[in-house]
Amino acid sequence: MAIKELKRKPLTFAEKTYLPQIASGLIITLKNIFRPTITLQYPEERPEIPEGYRGVPTLVKDPNGREKCVSCQLCEFVCPPKAIRIIPGELDEEGDSAHVEKGPKEFEIDMLRCIYCGYCQEVCPEEAIWLQDEFSLSGYTREELIYQKDKLYELGGTLPDNHFKWDKKKSAEEAGNPH
Amino acid sequence: MSDEQKGDGLISVFIDGNEVRCKPGTNLVDLVDSVGKEIPHYCYHPKLSVSGNCRMCLVELGMPGKDRATGKPMLNNDGTPKVMFFPNPAIACGTRTSPGMRIRTQSEMVKKCREGVMEFLLINHPLDCPICDQAGECRLQEFSTEYGKGYSRFIEQKVVKPKRTVLGPRVMLDDERCVLCSRCIRFCKEVADDDVLGFVDRGSYSTLTCYPGKQLENNYSLNTVDICPVGALTSLDFRFKMRVWFLKETPSICTESSVGVNTMVASREGKIYRITPRRNDEVNDTWMSDSGRILYKEIEDENRLTGYASQGAFSPPDAAILQVQKYFESEKIAFVGSGGNSVEELYLFNRLSRAAKSVGNYLVSHIQEGDELLISNDANPNTRGALSVGFIESLPETELPDLASRIDSGDVDTVIVYNEDLIVAGISSEQLAKVDIVYFGTHSNATSEAASVVVPTLSVFEKAGTFINQQFRLQKFLQAVPGPDGLIDDLVSFSQLLNHVEPDSGPLETVEPIWAELSKEVSQFNDLSFNTLSPEGAQLDGAAFQHLPFCEGKTLHYEPAAETVEAGT
Repeated sequence: MAIKELKRKPLTFAEKTYLPQIASGLIITLKNIFRPTITLQYPEERPEIPEGYRGVPTLVKDPNGREKCVSCQLCEFVCPPKAIRIIPGELDEEGDSAHVEKGPKEFEIDMLRCIYCGYCQEVCPEEAIWLQDEFSLSGYTREELIYQKDKLYELGGTLPDNHFKWDKKKSAEEAGNPH
Repeated sequence: MSDEQKGDGLISVFIDGNEVRCKPGTNLVDLVDSVGKEIPHYCYHPKLSVSGNCRMCLVELGMPGKDRATGKPMLNNDGTPKVMFFPNPAIACGTRTSPGMRIRTQSEMVKKCREGVMEFLLINHPLDCPICDQAGECRLQEFSTEYGKGYSRFIEQKVVKPKRTVLGPRVMLDDERCVLCSRCIRFCKEVADDDVLGFVDRGSYSTLTCYPGKQLENNYSLNTVDICPVGALTSLDFRFKMRVWFLKETPSICTESSVGVNTMVASREGKIYRITPRRNDEVNDTWMSDSGRILYKEIEDENRLTGYASQGAFSPPDAAILQVQKYFESEKIAFVGSGGNSVEELYLFNRLSRAAKSVGNYLVSHIQEGDELLISNDANPNTRGALSVGFIESLPETELPDLASRIDSGDVDTVIVYNEDLIVAGISSEQLAKVDIVYFGTHSNATSEAASVVVPTLSVFEKAGTFINQQFRLQKFLQAVPGPDGLIDDLVSFSQLLNHVEPDSGPLETVEPIWAELSKEVSQFNDLSFNTLSPEGAQLDGAAFQHLPFCEGKTLHYEPAAETVEAGT
């Protein structure tokens, strides 16, 4: 097989001095020095999270402090990587939430499994589970990253409620419907 | 051609224009169901009387017209019979078929009727599906998706009714969810014969309630939970334990008595959550007892055997089986089997006893008081299985005086016990101490404590097999959950032992090869195999055992054979 030899183009004089390249590089650097910064001093500075961002799934309470989850286990059912695990329990016959009857005894989300798809939030009939703005998780062990109920409520906090479904139910019960 | 001419006693009716042949007087809901269509219904139940109060099953009916003057059939111009449809819809559950009847299940009028009924039913419904145990198997959910309007026009205040009412030791009532179908009331009255439920008040204030001072506490109360089409009646045992869509259902057989109630075992990830009845019109219809539903709790009992033991110390399974083999070399060996074990296990146990030249095979009878419905007098679910495989020839006794005297006289020095407590069977602890005992069983008892070798076995939920019930009906159960860690199936242990004493017996470690042998060896089992056995079971010929005075009395679908001679004299 014939071999074709290609000759490299020789450098020009200007190229040989290397100065034009240094100069053009310095110009780019100088331009960027006076531009506004777009990087953040993470983790001291935190980015602004846009609305609708799907961060870590969390459990929320309603403005009256009642835990919204009634452990219907739909999120457990719909969760594609099976990260959610709920043990349902019965609420006491006494107390403010007695009329809700049911609540989670245990609620855990395996954050190592979670894929942040947001199905749990979409399926929740009580609007109790929300993917909020928390996005960075770390831990030293795997167990640490299986978040339990108290941790999930701590992350979730309280969100506004447009329905107050159960409170309305309770007031209807108290008002009664005599005939 | 007229119906009489066909001569098969069947008539023609037309469902949405398609001809269907059926017996005259068939219930329309059942008939339409049998051709693969559905008439939605709440109050109708095939095993209860018809009350016709939910109005969900409205259909359009028509009959071939007859001339009033002459009584002759009215014909169209082309000679076909002229069909006269009734102007108003009729309830299908309260209608029985008659020749030439036309049924419209999909017409505009029918659809509007269903929408209307659904709308009324949902007016006062609390919509608490997220906390309702019925969600997932709720007729109200299913039908409102399929036949409902999809939205609500109701803006008034809903009627408030009592919630979280405890009706009895096992049943909880939520009146807001009730659709007033009255199935539970009819069940208590007609099947359980304990008429404690009823409606009070009128109109939308109608409320299901228990008779003052009484409770829904009969042993069949949980059937009301099964037949409740909505979540009004829920089981206290299953309450808030698990959502039904997670549950895997495995057909099984109840071991409470020799009735052999067909059941469904619902489990998730190896844990059983509930047992419900499975319909079998020859055995239990659609019912089962409350006491049978909690039998699954036994598998997690404290005294469940979970480890192999030899001479009182834990041992690996292989070593324990090797130990058992040593005891099989005894010349004076006796076998005590249990009527709670499956046909296959008893067959292998019998083969073992023959191979080991057993000096006597015993079965312990457990007599209880039946309730003439679904609990028979015999607490052994498989007494007839032991008879059929030839483990015993006569009926078992509650005590074993014969074995006791043989132990005393020294004729027996080794006893292989399978799932029985010899102390309960009348053997004293001194007598137990005289012999070597090998115990196979699920739970520990006085016998297992005295045993030289203990081999833990699997419960009915953890293995597959068959039972023969009091009607000589062969019924199979499948494995619902895995057994405790490290436990070997009884059949595998027995097969290993059999291979030791009878080296050419071949592998008999699962039910199928055992059935290949059984169908050859036992004439009753000819042409039967485990895989082809239908879920309803197969009726066997019990003629060979008819002379035996079985202890069962009358139950739901069982009449005992004619009085035994002793009783007559």
